Amino acid sequence: MARPFREILKAKDFIITAEAGPVKGINTQKMIEHIELLKDKVDGLNVTDNQSAVMRYPSLGACLLIKEQGGEPILQVTCRDRNRLAIQADLLFAYSRGIKNVLCLTGDSVDVGDHKEAKPVFDLDSVQLIHLVHTLNSGRDMVGNELDGGVDYCIGASATPSADPIEPQLIKFAKKLDAGVDFIQTQAVYDLDEFKRFMEHARKIDEQVKILAGIVLLVSARMAAWMNENVPGIFVPQHLIDEMAQAAKGKGVAKGIEIAGRLISQIKEEKVCDGVHIMAIGREERVPEILQAAGICKFKELGR
Amino acid sequence: MIIAERKPLEEIRTMIAGYEKILVVGCGTCVTICWAGGEKEVGILSSQLRLASSREGKELSILEGVVERQCEKEMVIEELRDKVQDVEAILSMACGIGVQTVADLFEEKPVFPALNTTFMGMPEGEGVWTEKCGACGDCLLYWTGGICPVVRCAKGLLNGPCGGTRKGGKCEIDPEKDCAWVLIYRRLEKQGRLDLMRRYYQPKNYRAVKRPGRIEAVTA
Repeated sequence: MARPFREILKAKDFIITAEAGPVKGINTQKMIEHIELLKDKVDGLNVTDNQSAVMRYPSLGACLLIKEQGGEPILQVTCRDRNRLAIQADLLFAYSRGIKNVLCLTGDSVDVGDHKEAKPVFDLDSVQLIHLVHTLNSGRDMVGNELDGGVDYCIGASATPSADPIEPQLIKFAKKLDAGVDFIQTQAVYDLDEFKRFMEHARKIDEQVKILAGIVLLVSARMAAWMNENVPGIFVPQHLIDEMAQAAKGKGVAKGIEIAGRLISQIKEEKVCDGVHIMAIGREERVPEILQAAGICKFKELGR
Repeated sequence: MIIAERKPLEEIRTMIAGYEKILVVGCGTCVTICWAGGEKEVGILSSQLRLASSREGKELSILEGVVERQCEKEMVIEELRDKVQDVEAILSMACGIGVQTVADLFEEKPVFPALNTTFMGMPEGEGVWTEKCGACGDCLLYWTGGICPVVRCAKGLLNGPCGGTRKGGKCEIDPEKDCAWVLIYRRLEKQGRLDLMRRYYQPKNYRAVKRPGRIEAVTA
């Protein structure tokens, strides 16, 4: 059985989570294989909530699959697609089925997704969502009605360390910490100096909160440039795009794994933060190789 | 003011297909200022409709008119009372409020909208209008430095920017648009009131205006 993420946060020096992106459709076999492959190598598995505003199998459904397979799911909840009633109802359901960790997010705009004409909800924002989970944790709904059976979520939030300008982001980040979160999983980190500056700010506000640096696997120079243009909150520096471009033909992913491994081992060795959150968007099966490249997972442990 | 844009000619022609006598009526207020439905635009649309019909060998006689404020019943009655007698349908070049005012007053005639009403805003420069207010009924401008996050943030966020802000403080969905929260930050910083941005703002009360809105002034 997987250890509760809340306990992991207290006990481990270097925490590792990974992201599982759900399928568009109901063929969950590949996702199940990814879960099987990763559940014992990482401390928690996030499932994205209609990531990039692209409609998919739900985060809640995939978290149940993780639970069924004995993994520790982290439910990602965005404010884009559901109002305050729907979010509360989903959170009650999730907890009743053993999903005890929630990552509170704003959500990408519908304009970047595949249902561009949809009505964006944003009834709540991410800070209000964190407050809402605390309210549910206290045994009441957000208008004060008592719950018949309450929840006790371990609460996470995100941050964008490479935002420009950074100051407004830091204020929002501070409000998330004010609201009270157990962990932070950041947007993609590529520039460690910049991330260290972010960590300095963060530690001034809160010394306790566990901060996991977001690691997004690069697969080609083109993909990196594309993400800079199209994925909100991701900024890949030019020197890494150049490094990716120099990779031999067919070796892009291997180069990306090397870069991700390098970043992770540096973060770990220099104790920059409390862990990493690996997002291998669409290439979840390569996560063990990233861990190996980072010196975290021995080859024989990979089971391949 | 209310900002609108004219519908494409083909859509307008589809709406009025089958009618041979129509009244095209503009509005002298907001939509005149935003170049969508004033006297000049009434003239242009009427010419385009006449030309398109005559090319197809169809009959179309058009009366033209402009009401100073198409949202005011008295003004509409005074300007249109006689003109509507001679037409089969009315094409309103006002905002949605003007269209409905005309439709309510002349119930026996079909009234069609020639514009799409887009937002409440202001002229930003020559030929540029931007959205400023969402009529949420619960004005927050006092703590956001006079910049409305409800409509100027693409997600209407109340507690600061989302994580998608682009380099240089531009919006996630449009590199041409400023992130409202970056603007708010800069304004409040200038005023030495950044503490306002650190405050937590509760979820919005969407019942501040009971929709559909109606206000009755209490007279002394």
